Amino acid sequence: MSATQTWTVANIQTALLSKKISAREIARDFYANIDRQNPGLNAYLTLSEERAYAQTDRVDAAVARGEKLPPLAGVPVAIKDVISTSGVRTTCGSRILESYVPPYDATAVARLEEAGAVILGKTNCDEFAMGSSNENSAYGPVRNPVALDRVPGGSSGGSAAAVAAGLAVVALGTDTGGSIRQPGAFCGIPALMPTYGRVSRYGLTAFASSLDRIGPFARNIADAATVMSVIGGYDENDATSAPVSLPDYASEMERPIHGLRVGVPEEYFGKGIDSEVKDKVFAAIKLMEKLGCRRTPLKMPHTEYAIATYYIIATAEASSNLARYDGVRYGLRVPGSTLVDMYRKTRERGFGHEVKRRIMLGTYVLSSGYYDAYYLRAQKVRSLIARDFSEAFQKVDAILTPTSPTPAFKLGEKTSDPLQMYLADIYTVTGDLAGIPGISVPCGKTKAGLPVGLQILGPHFSESRVLRLGRAFEDAGGFSI
Amino acid sequence: MTISREDVLRVAELAYLKLTPGEVEMYRGQLDEILNYIGKLQQLDVTNVEPMTQMSFATGETDSARFGSNQEAGTLLRDDTVHPCTVADAVLGQAPDAVKPFFRVPKVIDK
Repeated sequence: MSATQTWTVANIQTALLSKKISAREIARDFYANIDRQNPGLNAYLTLSEERAYAQTDRVDAAVARGEKLPPLAGVPVAIKDVISTSGVRTTCGSRILESYVPPYDATAVARLEEAGAVILGKTNCDEFAMGSSNENSAYGPVRNPVALDRVPGGSSGGSAAAVAAGLAVVALGTDTGGSIRQPGAFCGIPALMPTYGRVSRYGLTAFASSLDRIGPFARNIADAATVMSVIGGYDENDATSAPVSLPDYASEMERPIHGLRVGVPEEYFGKGIDSEVKDKVFAAIKLMEKLGCRRTPLKMPHTEYAIATYYIIATAEASSNLARYDGVRYGLRVPGSTLVDMYRKTRERGFGHEVKRRIMLGTYVLSSGYYDAYYLRAQKVRSLIARDFSEAFQKVDAILTPTSPTPAFKLGEKTSDPLQMYLADIYTVTGDLAGIPGISVPCGKTKAGLPVGLQILGPHFSESRVLRLGRAFEDAGGFSI
Repeated sequence: MTISREDVLRVAELAYLKLTPGEVEMYRGQLDEILNYIGKLQQLDVTNVEPMTQMSFATGETDSARFGSNQEAGTLLRDDTVHPCTVADAVLGQAPDAVKPFFRVPKVIDK
């Protein structure tokens, strides 16, 4: 374990106030660790030292003046490279944006920095967040710090690996079909997908706008809660941002869980689940019962249609959102004899295989004659999946499932078969389609030492409750069950 | 077979993607497999089911005093006030080919 892995949001604040160490020294330790480990892990694509040290100097000056420190003062954070950072290259894991430098900050980034956080750099991810293994990055795959021959999960693989390996204390990722929770599970750290609309998407590069969300990775629940309290809340720059007051996550998370009703849907333990994953998740559910939760079996009959629904809706939206990359306003341009020739050549060279595949699938399902059969039908099935959840939440307070049917798989294992890769998201896409929050928390390891994730899903805007369940589980030793 | 070679070429044309002959065959096979899988949605009866087109959720805790009353179905409309927008230089600075205040592209009209 490296020294940087012992830092948390809380102990950084204490160390700064007691003047044991400065924010600059902490950042320097993290950059030294990145220098050592990043060549092997490939978690970071771009480092933002100048911006980071400007921020540590502000924090250290505030300490010297004896000021009250903001909640994330001096905390080193990593930002997934689909989230805009002013003056810091943002590639989205794509060749088409290889030299793109955004002129503005995403709201989530601006809020982190206002809260004192130190942005170390931008993390690797599947191209435009499309993937479940981080192998679709134009800049090479990320390796899982727990087992270097395995994937870290995706698409936020760089953020998950950075936090797990002590290359950042917390990180931002994005979740469209499981891209926060699944890499969290594969790398063995807590990872929270908030309710749709809870965290502003302003400055997030759009993949599938009705699904995309920003959320935190951390090494403990309290740190995830602190990040949520900073990045959450209404933002007038995002029309889908929810006008809902933000609770005090730090105190909400400490409330007892005794008497909470937890549902266990049988559809999440069927064909295709790894037996060790199943055993660990059942052991985790038993522990929740021991902590006073009341377990209820659930039926969620539309679960098996979720992947099909997701890959229609997400690709349809992606085909529209990615139309903007045409070589005119930003990013790569490959010259052509006509405007259309330039568009085609630019997109041919700029996009990788998975992105092209999804653009074509999305274009197909939206095209004349197929719209009703695919897109409209998928939107209706989405309503049925959301209804499964709203009916379940009449009976239970939260739902417990595995995060992923398997632990981290080997690099290259699924790259030749896109459909098999898509099926890796089978337990996570449902929560995205329904718009509800969910957290993945570690629940032990397989015999081979690979982390397993327990997914805790709650109704809309119940982040406090899923954090609270995660916190009680963590306190009871559930992370290493 | 759900999707033909011609379908792949038509879709690539619509999406402004240029494909090599090898890619056309690869994508045809992969898209065919995915579309066959997606076809399972046809098994469901969706009569009288409303499509989910709106992604804002009722909570009962929406705070109209704090967020203003200009809201509908959980979504806020911001006040129609004018803000100066001075990003033109920064935006054009990212363009592959710009002549202020324009983006320059190959000739669109032939004659």
